[in-house]
Amino acid sequence: MATLAALELRDVVRRYGERTALANVSLTLPEGATLAVLGPNGAGKTTLLRMLATLLRPHGGELRVLGRRLPDEGWAVRGRIGLLGHEPLLYRELSARENLAYHAALHGAPAGRAEELLHAVAMERRGNEPVRTLSRGMVQRVAVCRALLHDPELLLLDEPRANLDPAAGDLVEPLIGRSSGRTRVIVSHDPAGALAEADLVLGLVRGRPALLRAADGVDPEAVAELYR
Amino acid sequence: MSGAPRTRTVVLALLRKEARVELRTFESIPAMTLFSVTTYVLFHFGLQEDSLTGKLASGVLWVTLLFAAVLGINRLFVADDEQGGFDAFLLSAADRTALLWGKALALLAYLVAVEIVTVPAFALLLLGVGIGQALPGLLAVLALADLGVAAIGTLVGALAVRTRARDLLGPLLSLPLLVPVVIAAARASTPLLSAPAAALPARWLLIMALYDLVFAVIAFALFDFLLED
Repeated sequence: MATLAALELRDVVRRYGERTALANVSLTLPEGATLAVLGPNGAGKTTLLRMLATLLRPHGGELRVLGRRLPDEGWAVRGRIGLLGHEPLLYRELSARENLAYHAALHGAPAGRAEELLHAVAMERRGNEPVRTLSRGMVQRVAVCRALLHDPELLLLDEPRANLDPAAGDLVEPLIGRSSGRTRVIVSHDPAGALAEADLVLGLVRGRPALLRAADGVDPEAVAELYR
Repeated sequence: MSGAPRTRTVVLALLRKEARVELRTFESIPAMTLFSVTTYVLFHFGLQEDSLTGKLASGVLWVTLLFAAVLGINRLFVADDEQGGFDAFLLSAADRTALLWGKALALLAYLVAVEIVTVPAFALLLLGVGIGQALPGLLAVLALADLGVAAIGTLVGALAVRTRARDLLGPLLSLPLLVPVVIAAARASTPLLSAPAAALPARWLLIMALYDLVFAVIAFALFDFLLED
């Protein structure tokens, strides 16, 4: 049986006013595979991630996520996507448990899922403290829990290991790493780390694809060229 | 993967979250209450009068409550905008009208909490007639006015908060839309606050109820589009 495509992009375009943030991006990512998106600051990586998350509309081209065309069928994929971005999407005045209970209600996630995840990232002891009192690394661990509460099929990860020490990185690895078995899109400024995790690599420069290749065939020199 | 949650569950979760954030930050209700009471004190000394009746009493009461409501409307979505609450909500499979219901009910609760303190303060500082007899009628007017403010305020708050000029746009959009509420509420309250008190005019209550209904329908129809990119 042929593997279904989790992502299908055909000449996708996104603009902010007069400025084109993303142009002519085309790729296909099979279910269960990992796409690494590389490129310098302002290359359009976060814009791409937000479009895949249904938070931004494409202004041209065709975009399908989990078999559904966006933006028309966005309703059908919301709740099947987990986004771990620059912002943790947590209320600072609420505790980790209160935040996760709120997000669990939004997603109709089963009772007990939040506690299971807090335990997995070793945050159960600090779970009743307001998020504003936690360190950045701890907030990131809670954000990982938030992104996984509803057991999403597609994970969109923007610098997922930012602020995590090596031990915390090991804790989140089974949840968001390759072994999680989920389809993943990883935006990273660590090309070596991203290449090691990826099946497909997309390099963006000023919103345009400068590299699109299977990860095992990527020349490190071509990756270095993206940042020059 | 989880299924779409029930709207009632999401609304209750939103209300719990709003209550917790407000109780920990005291950003809305204390500011609205302090503003109203301070304004009544200023009117007390500015007008050199502590026994207002009729139209003047009604006007002072409602204009002050209107400006206090605008303070609450401006803060209604700020935490969601600044802390990613909008994105988190939009990423979920929850029915988007749940956000409208949750926020409108939260604003309604804020207004009721403010009025519990400020209406007695108004009576104490400015009212020339006893409020006891007027209270049942005044509660009906307050309830209808609050429903209108909640519907309009939630719609305007969601629209303004995602703009750079939200502090300006909120009042600019909400005040003209709230003028009919103030006119109807003031007209309905005038006989209640007169000496001797007269009956509550049903016509103005009906106008307020219709206005509330129209804006509830508009908010319901437009809210989804306001959340879109």
